[in-house]
Amino acid sequence: MIIQAIVFLPLIGALVAGLLGRTIGHRPSEFITTGLLLIAAVLSWIVFIPVAFGDGLVGAVGDGHAAVVKVEVMRWIQVGDMDLRWILRVDTLTAIMLVVVNTVSALVHVYSIGYMEEDPHRSRFFAYLSLFTFAMLMLVTADNFLQMFFGWEGVGLASYLLIGFWYTKPSATAAAMKAFIVNRVGDFGFALGIFGAFLVLGHIDFDGAFHAADEFAVTGLPVIQFLSWQLDAMTVICLLLFMGAMGKSAQFLLHTWLPDAMEGPTPVSALIHAATMVTAGVFMVARLSPLFETSPVALTVVIVIGAITAFFAATVGLVQNDIKRVIAYSTCSQLGYMFVALGVGAYSAGIFHLFTHAFFKALLFLGAGSVIHAMHHEQDMRNMGGLRKKIPITYAMMMIGTLALTGVGIPGTNFGFAGFFSKDAIIESAYAFGGNVGSLAFWLLVVAALFTSFYSWRLVHLTFHGSPRDAQHHGEGPHPDPAHAALESHDEPIDDSNADDHGDHGHHGSAYDHAHESPNVMLVPLYVLAVGAVLAGVVFYGMFFHEVEHIEHFFAGSIYVDHQIIDDAHHVPTWVKWSATIAMILGFVSAWYMYIRRPDVPGRLAATNPGLYKFLLNKWYFDELYNTIFVKPALWIGNAVWKGFDDWLVDGKIAEGLGRRVQNVTSWVVKLQSGYLYHYAFAMLIGIAALLTWAIAAGGLI
Amino acid sequence: MGLEIGLGHYLTVAAILFTLGVFGIFINRKNVIVILMSVELILLAVNLNLVAFSAHLNDLQGQVFALMILTVAAAEAAIGLAILVIFYRNRGTIAVEDVNMMKG
Amino acid sequence: MTLPLFFFYVFSAITVASAFMVISARNPVHAVLFLILAFVNAAGLFMLAGAEFLALLLIVVYVGAVAVLFLFVVMMIDVDFAELKSGLLSYAPIGMVVGAILFLELLLVAGSFVIAPDMVGAGGLPIDATMDNTRALGLVLYTRYVFLFQGAAAVLLVAMIGAIVLTLRHRTGIKRQSTASQLGRKPSETVRNVKVKSGQGL
Repeated sequence: MIIQAIVFLPLIGALVAGLLGRTIGHRPSEFITTGLLLIAAVLSWIVFIPVAFGDGLVGAVGDGHAAVVKVEVMRWIQVGDMDLRWILRVDTLTAIMLVVVNTVSALVHVYSIGYMEEDPHRSRFFAYLSLFTFAMLMLVTADNFLQMFFGWEGVGLASYLLIGFWYTKPSATAAAMKAFIVNRVGDFGFALGIFGAFLVLGHIDFDGAFHAADEFAVTGLPVIQFLSWQLDAMTVICLLLFMGAMGKSAQFLLHTWLPDAMEGPTPVSALIHAATMVTAGVFMVARLSPLFETSPVALTVVIVIGAITAFFAATVGLVQNDIKRVIAYSTCSQLGYMFVALGVGAYSAGIFHLFTHAFFKALLFLGAGSVIHAMHHEQDMRNMGGLRKKIPITYAMMMIGTLALTGVGIPGTNFGFAGFFSKDAIIESAYAFGGNVGSLAFWLLVVAALFTSFYSWRLVHLTFHGSPRDAQHHGEGPHPDPAHAALESHDEPIDDSNADDHGDHGHHGSAYDHAHESPNVMLVPLYVLAVGAVLAGVVFYGMFFHEVEHIEHFFAGSIYVDHQIIDDAHHVPTWVKWSATIAMILGFVSAWYMYIRRPDVPGRLAATNPGLYKFLLNKWYFDELYNTIFVKPALWIGNAVWKGFDDWLVDGKIAEGLGRRVQNVTSWVVKLQSGYLYHYAFAMLIGIAALLTWAIAAGGLI
Repeated sequence: MGLEIGLGHYLTVAAILFTLGVFGIFINRKNVIVILMSVELILLAVNLNLVAFSAHLNDLQGQVFALMILTVAAAEAAIGLAILVIFYRNRGTIAVEDVNMMKG
Repeated sequence: MTLPLFFFYVFSAITVASAFMVISARNPVHAVLFLILAFVNAAGLFMLAGAEFLALLLIVVYVGAVAVLFLFVVMMIDVDFAELKSGLLSYAPIGMVVGAILFLELLLVAGSFVIAPDMVGAGGLPIDATMDNTRALGLVLYTRYVFLFQGAAAVLLVAMIGAIVLTLRHRTGIKRQSTASQLGRKPSETVRNVKVKSGQGL
């Protein structure tokens, strides 16, 4: 019952707020959805705490693979031999995800009450948020591929709706469509992977599929014949499934939608594009770890893609000016870390990073939201600065988030923020994996850690330290800094002119002068997340990465646990253990030097390396590349088909042309319709003559 | 009752009558009344055929059907003439040439 | 040449000739009269074929009713028939062609057909030679074909009603008797008592 409650309370909230929102008003909608989410969050912890600190999942039965609780909701599809039931599956992995999703979601709900208070469509917003939560819960409680696909598409839908929430903004609707379409590419692969899994494994439920995969160890791996190639079936399936994960988790090549998704309201970014939905890919790979373990090739691909993503996104994050985009690229990068962990076989480390990342990244996003709220929807960091004094609490929270993200801690001890434990675990695992792939991943991740530290501190310095730089400010404010303000042009990268979103304030005078601390309803979620960001690492390190026995007991078979890699990771050389920390310190120092000590350095650096700077600023030109190789040809084909096929052939020749021919013919035929009676009589008589002739000729009468 | 005169004789006469009726329809484009009479001729030809076959096959059904055709012909004549009368009343003419109100 | 054959030729010759006159006569009155002649002679042909009832019916109904109706209408309608005859032959060529084709084909059929042997005498109603034609027809018409007979009656009824409806008209500006308003009159509206002094008048 408790599990049904966790899953369906958000749905109830979404339905109430969505369908009755106009009737019952905004305030009740907010309270109902938020209240239900809070209940769900508490229930999730009730499920999770026995798993983490007690004897394991309450009511779980060992079901071959895992200690799991299954709650059947209904019989879903019966086709032939397939008897598909809608089952809520809760094991350790799901319990972790339940906690993450519901906690962050509940906090984001609370936060949104404050953040969205001026929006005239709040009830719709809350309905979407709750709908998203429901879909995400469906995804994590899936017991078979189809349920997972349902949740997968559900979160995609909710993400689309929320990115495009301010649908009067063209950039927001464009970003929403981009997110949806790029995800379609991944989902195409995901769907094919599901089909393939069903075809090869013969089961659509996870347990059956895992059993079947286990048996391949005895019977040998199956092969798929595609055209003339003999392909290893499991590799094909895993790669296709991973394609879905790449789309949903914004991995390299399919990452382009995530930064644009920042067009949505900031709480959405925190919930969907940092903490939960983008980790769906990580969750999926972890959930299907028994399948992925059968294919070393697929795992290698996962490592490579993850490492490249971590590195690539971090480099782009270095030069972005929009506060949310920096964090978005950071998210992208951290997701890369998670995939590396999954790829090397340290699934628990990947999940660990997912878990800690959810807290500190949500904290950072909500903190950024608080900054944006304080600055009246200014998002360009070049126009911020010196906010430390204006919004000290937000500043403190952002500091905690940054410390957690950059992985501050002392190696070898239990002192450190959340990110320290999980990130180091991943980097060590990558080193322990060894080989070319392992070293490549290791070095890319270390460099990415340096960059992470740099851009995180750059964000903090630009936003909170230094002096105010907003355009209206330098003429009248108490801290004029004309040189700097003149250097940095005031161009807003994001047109945030959603008229019904903001009040009339904040558009005259200096945003800095008007900056104000956010209300408590927005700060309390920050406090909670800050606690998570500080403690999530220390408290849960033992369960996720410390000892193999402990990990196995904790996960109770819900993911594959590779003893070898975890043992090896604990016995890497000391310099490896310190590498991430040193990279972090280097990043911090360089950021301090460039943005506090010598603020003119970044500009000169950009001026001396314009190519590199532009390359990074334009995100490695991926959007342009895709524009050239996909969008433009697609537009061209569309245009050609539209003009050549539809307009010319279908409309011009077939539809209108036939119409014209019919008109031509009828204009002849209409002359037969002379209206003269005797013409009709003639027609009848000639008809008789013709009929008779035909009858005779056909031999009927003679 | 057998037929002393050959069936072919009757059929020939009927064919001539029929053809004359058809021809009458063609050559008359001014006078609806003659067209109606031509139709009567055609029906008469048909009746003649029916009766001839009835006699030839020694079967009464042909005469029954001829009777029905007579009925229909009478009805048709009555209605046709009624239409003719009101058409004349409205248009002042019975020239078929002028009857083109059915033109679409 | 037997007597019936002789009469057959006489009747058919007159029928064909008068049919030709029907379609070619300039005066419609003449055309109607020729039509009557054609019908009478066709009745003679019927008689020769042994269909006495139909023959007499043709005379009674066609000559007595239909043809007279034609005559009546021709005379009722005041048209310059001579004028109507002008431009007579403009469709004659095509009429000729169609008519000729039809005639040839009909002759072709009439001259070459063979009745299937099992059709002879296979009809449902063999003619009883001992019974006169009218009686035989009556026996089947009121029994076996009673519905057909009723249907024919309905056709005639509808035709009658239709003809009346079509031709009936209410002329405006003509005084008619209105029974209802006559009966609806009250004395108080129509009768006035006046005391008249004698010798003065009103």
